[in-house]
Amino acid sequence: MASASANQNLMGKALREGLFAGVIAFLMFLLFVGVETYQDINNALVWRTRWGLLAIFVVVAAVGRFVTVAFIKPHMDQRKLNKAKQGLLDVSDEKGFLRRHFLKFALVLLLVYPFLSLLIVGKQGSLKYVDNFGIQILIYVMLAWGLNIVVGLAGLLDLGYVAFYAVGAYSYALLSSHFGFSFWILLPLSGIFAALWGIMLGFPVLRLRGDYLAIVTLAFGEIIRLVLINWTDVTKGTFGIAGIPKATFFGIWSFDTGATNNFVKAWGLSASSIYYKIFLFYIILALCMLTAYVTIRLRRMPIGRAWEALREDEIACRSLGIDTVTTKLTAFATGAMFGGFAGAFFASRQGFVSPESFVFLESAVILAIVVLGGMGSLTGIAIAAAVMVGGTEILREMSFLKVVFGPDFTPELYRMLLFGLAMIIVMLFKPRGFVGSREPTAFLKERRAVSGSFTKEGHG
Amino acid sequence: MEYFIQQLINGLTLGSIYGLVAIGYTMVYGIIGMINFAHGDIFMLGGFAALIVFLIVTSFFAGIPIALLLLIMMVAGMLITGLWNWTIERIAYRPLRGSFRLAPLITAIGMSITLSNFIQVTQGPRNKPIPPLVTDVFHIGGLTISLKQVLIVVITAVLLFAFWYIVNKTPLGRAQRATEQDRKMAALLGVDVDKTISITFIMGAALAAVAGSMYLMYYGVASFNDGFIPGVKAFTAAVLGGIGSLPGAVLGGLLIGLIESLWSAYFSIAYKDVATFAILAFVLIFKPTGILGRPEVEKV
Repeated sequence: MASASANQNLMGKALREGLFAGVIAFLMFLLFVGVETYQDINNALVWRTRWGLLAIFVVVAAVGRFVTVAFIKPHMDQRKLNKAKQGLLDVSDEKGFLRRHFLKFALVLLLVYPFLSLLIVGKQGSLKYVDNFGIQILIYVMLAWGLNIVVGLAGLLDLGYVAFYAVGAYSYALLSSHFGFSFWILLPLSGIFAALWGIMLGFPVLRLRGDYLAIVTLAFGEIIRLVLINWTDVTKGTFGIAGIPKATFFGIWSFDTGATNNFVKAWGLSASSIYYKIFLFYIILALCMLTAYVTIRLRRMPIGRAWEALREDEIACRSLGIDTVTTKLTAFATGAMFGGFAGAFFASRQGFVSPESFVFLESAVILAIVVLGGMGSLTGIAIAAAVMVGGTEILREMSFLKVVFGPDFTPELYRMLLFGLAMIIVMLFKPRGFVGSREPTAFLKERRAVSGSFTKEGHG
Repeated sequence: MEYFIQQLINGLTLGSIYGLVAIGYTMVYGIIGMINFAHGDIFMLGGFAALIVFLIVTSFFAGIPIALLLLIMMVAGMLITGLWNWTIERIAYRPLRGSFRLAPLITAIGMSITLSNFIQVTQGPRNKPIPPLVTDVFHIGGLTISLKQVLIVVITAVLLFAFWYIVNKTPLGRAQRATEQDRKMAALLGVDVDKTISITFIMGAALAAVAGSMYLMYYGVASFNDGFIPGVKAFTAAVLGGIGSLPGAVLGGLLIGLIESLWSAYFSIAYKDVATFAILAFVLIFKPTGILGRPEVEKV
């Protein structure tokens, strides 16, 4: 009896909340969704109503709220209660075979990925899979792993990371077009330049902590972008620099179609740009591996330990005699260096750089990947990059949605909207990221995973 | 000299708008210690609400007096954006209040991306121009002052007075100040902290909406990505004045407006945003408390 009346109560409450959500949604979307503004033939702004779309928004909000309150929330509460009764923590020592060997599988899969796609969809088809998915995702993995050193390990919130990416890309673009240096000389040079910029920008912000640090780095990132736009003598402004030379196979073979030592001719293959893409895929894969290797090794060195100590408690760190200045600067410089590598790679892959590629949104996307991946966890970050970047790329491919929503529907438009929503939703439900556990580098007796909720974020 | 004074007037107008937006940043930062990254987009949303209301009202009542039209635009904008910010706080920020400090900043960045892209998707990516609303111009000596500049400064002054009154003289304001000083203690003493924070978000959004509609009136155009740069400038204003301090936000707004217009007049217009960002960096590095802010003590 009691449960029946409680159930009725719950239903009543859910109904009320659903109605309330509907009313709120109606008022919120009335102007922005219910009314469409467009320019008529005379170029004057006019409007028309979209009641149908508005109704969909309202109904979704109302029904969604109703279902959440009536079914999902009691279910979740029940599950939490059961778990608490059993006294189980989120972290268990038992891992399945697949999970224990996940990294090995992933690495092997990545190594054979271009050939797998060649085998399955052929040369023309795999252009998309190798370039748009493979290379694109790996660039973000590398950037996110680079930023992870600054944010995840040292706990310094950097919102202007894309500036170092830009420094790397422009270093490569300018030096290769003015002096004709090759990719293999400029790759380390770009990294060094970016690292120098990291130290230069890092030096003044040493005293800052947390949010303030974030905003100053944002300001630096924007300043660099605005200088790139306005310093037209050198950077050609918004037009960007085009015709950046391609990377060569260590100077042995070239991928330019006109060159005498062309890779395709040398091997007697039929002409296709896929060989260059596969080559690029392995370069970025190697760069990613380098980043991961350096990160893992550094974490075990005194400097890495100092970074993590700094993240956990800056005051304690200082009291123990750790030099916070060098600790922070090395974190900035190391992170920036990998950003610079990625930038140089990006420039050679695109053959074109312009300030458009280095807007704040990019920094936000990279930071989002680091946070969503669970700060500090390399695997989590890689998964987050694959999901977020790959997900938005998949959206480009969803032309079948045109059948559902009419021919005017362009899924690309919704990319960033969904990205923003995903950031919010993942943060709400998994604030510790996809992989919410950290393996401590220093431990007593045995290594044991620590649940994310036991680790504390840094103060910067 | 006349040129200089002219630039001062232009700067004051722009500064008023930044000041109104800056209040929203500073209030939210003061009360829950979070940088509401989406506030710039709330400002943009307010401008769009005013634009759409303008189109609807003028298509039904062609000869409506401009003053009434502006009033309707602003009030509608305030209500709608207030509702938006209330919902945003409720959905995206409140559940994360006890979480680690970076979490609300990330959702705020996500919210900022979501809002600007939501407007881009629903209203189209093109700039939306409207015909000039207020065209009267006064000539005093060699100076040109347009009526809209006067309007912007006057409306800002009135709103600031009303706002000052609410924060300093009403029970609601007392609750806000108490929550700002010590949230836990305020809750123990019977202040409804959740409600107070919600109202703070609504108030900040309402001021941003007025700023948005005045921005629309001043420039005659609205665009979905109007939120970012004015948002960062307003945040710079809040930091310059001392984040958490309300008079500081207004002072900072005016200073940023003046610096921007004087910089464009005497140096180079291309680098005016660089100037703002450089100021932001300099203030934070050398005087993180701003002009009127309270020093924050570092605690273990």
